[in-house]
Amino acid sequence: MKIICRCQDITEEEIIDAIRQGASTIDEVKRLVRAGMGPCQGRTCRRLVSQIIARELQKPISDVFPPTFRPPNRPVPFKLVMAEFQRQEKEDLKKAAKPKIGKKP
Amino acid sequence: MNTHFDAIIIGGGILGVSTAYELAKAGLKKICVIERRYLASGSTGRCGGGFRQQWSTEANTRLAMASVKRFGELEAELGYKTEFFQGGYLILAHNDEEVAQFRKNVEMQRSLGLDVKMVLPSEAKEIVPFLDEGKMKFATWCPTDGHINPFLLTQAYANAARRLGVEIHLWTNVGSLMKKSNTFFVMTNKEVYETGMLFNCAGSFSRSIGEMLNVEIPVDPYRHEILVTEPVEKLWNPMVISFGVGLYCRQEKNGGLVMGMGDPNEPVGTYVGSSMYFMFEMSRRFTTLFPKLDSLRIVRQWAGLYEMTADAQPILGPVDEIENFYQASGFSGHGLMLAPAVSRLQAELVTTGKTSMPIDDLHVRRFRGQKAIHREKSVV
Repeated sequence: MKIICRCQDITEEEIIDAIRQGASTIDEVKRLVRAGMGPCQGRTCRRLVSQIIARELQKPISDVFPPTFRPPNRPVPFKLVMAEFQRQEKEDLKKAAKPKIGKKP
Repeated sequence: MNTHFDAIIIGGGILGVSTAYELAKAGLKKICVIERRYLASGSTGRCGGGFRQQWSTEANTRLAMASVKRFGELEAELGYKTEFFQGGYLILAHNDEEVAQFRKNVEMQRSLGLDVKMVLPSEAKEIVPFLDEGKMKFATWCPTDGHINPFLLTQAYANAARRLGVEIHLWTNVGSLMKKSNTFFVMTNKEVYETGMLFNCAGSFSRSIGEMLNVEIPVDPYRHEILVTEPVEKLWNPMVISFGVGLYCRQEKNGGLVMGMGDPNEPVGTYVGSSMYFMFEMSRRFTTLFPKLDSLRIVRQWAGLYEMTADAQPILGPVDEIENFYQASGFSGHGLMLAPAVSRLQAELVTTGKTSMPIDDLHVRRFRGQKAIHREKSVV
């Protein structure tokens, strides 16, 4: 038994089973067995999964349709997003408060 | 490759595959599903996965109730685990206007035999701990609503349909359509298909499919963004919706919280990129309702398309202009939850000529002319 996706504990057998059901892209495998849906977002398993697809379907790895890379880059807590949001709002307010006309160059 | 079919279904989302399955089950032979990319690559694979029966119009409520009944049977019938879970739906009311509307909805829903009730904020907090009950006035609660895994349900239908002989052609893009005497010609990037019956289950692209045959299908796609958090232990069972704050949120089987929101400023279009604005706004709305959960981490965000009609209700059945051209689109963000009932009705319609539930009100002709439109109000 080989673990391919370490975040979600997905084995090679499970990925091959998804391919047998008709999956031919990384996205389809991801949707069926959750490989690549964990905290690392497929950084570890994305290449391994495309290798398995290429091997099972006997096509070059360059023909395996690439997945979409989605934000955020790494897991980020709501409160951090909120803090950044408030900081930016404050900055925007400061900028708005500064008079734009009548300033000496 | 065989290119002559009795029925061709355009679209490999939940509507397409469920319609194919129900048609095959009703005895139709030679059915083909044509999909632009892969199964559930459009709105189905990007949706929140909930199903509810709490609607403001009778047509939607009836359809949804029939669907939920079907959802319960599907795992056994299709022989595939779909993560079907009746955890309920809790819909929050924040102001007097909403309370009045919800009272009307509940009265109508109960008259149709749905087990739904109004609950006090304190009761709502028992159902969904961590909820800031000070922000709400009332909630409606239906324990038989719930959620399902959209990918697995699509795959379940597709596998079962294949077993009944349905062909599913992926990566096949419809370029143009033509009808000569009684045959539709479907020109794609691969083959020219011929069929006697054509189903438009193209979701966000159903307007373009209609245009290919000079039929106006008034469906407009709008982007809706959604995110998922890291998995945590079980927090609550139901899907929580608030139209006032504008969000829906549920906990997946593996523990991640899936949440999304509607944005009234979103322009029409098929763009499905992610935005920073959404991440900010979603965090703000979520922490407004669940202040204690602000340390949860966002793992991934994505977007999909709501294919909206003017009254937020689907377009079903034949069209007046062209015979044997059936529509199942414009679900306005609720295709997954209505698909089991709708696909069955479509199959009844083409095999027997009538349906067990009235769908005349959902005919596309309601948008032609000056008739007043009754809009579905319960849309996030």
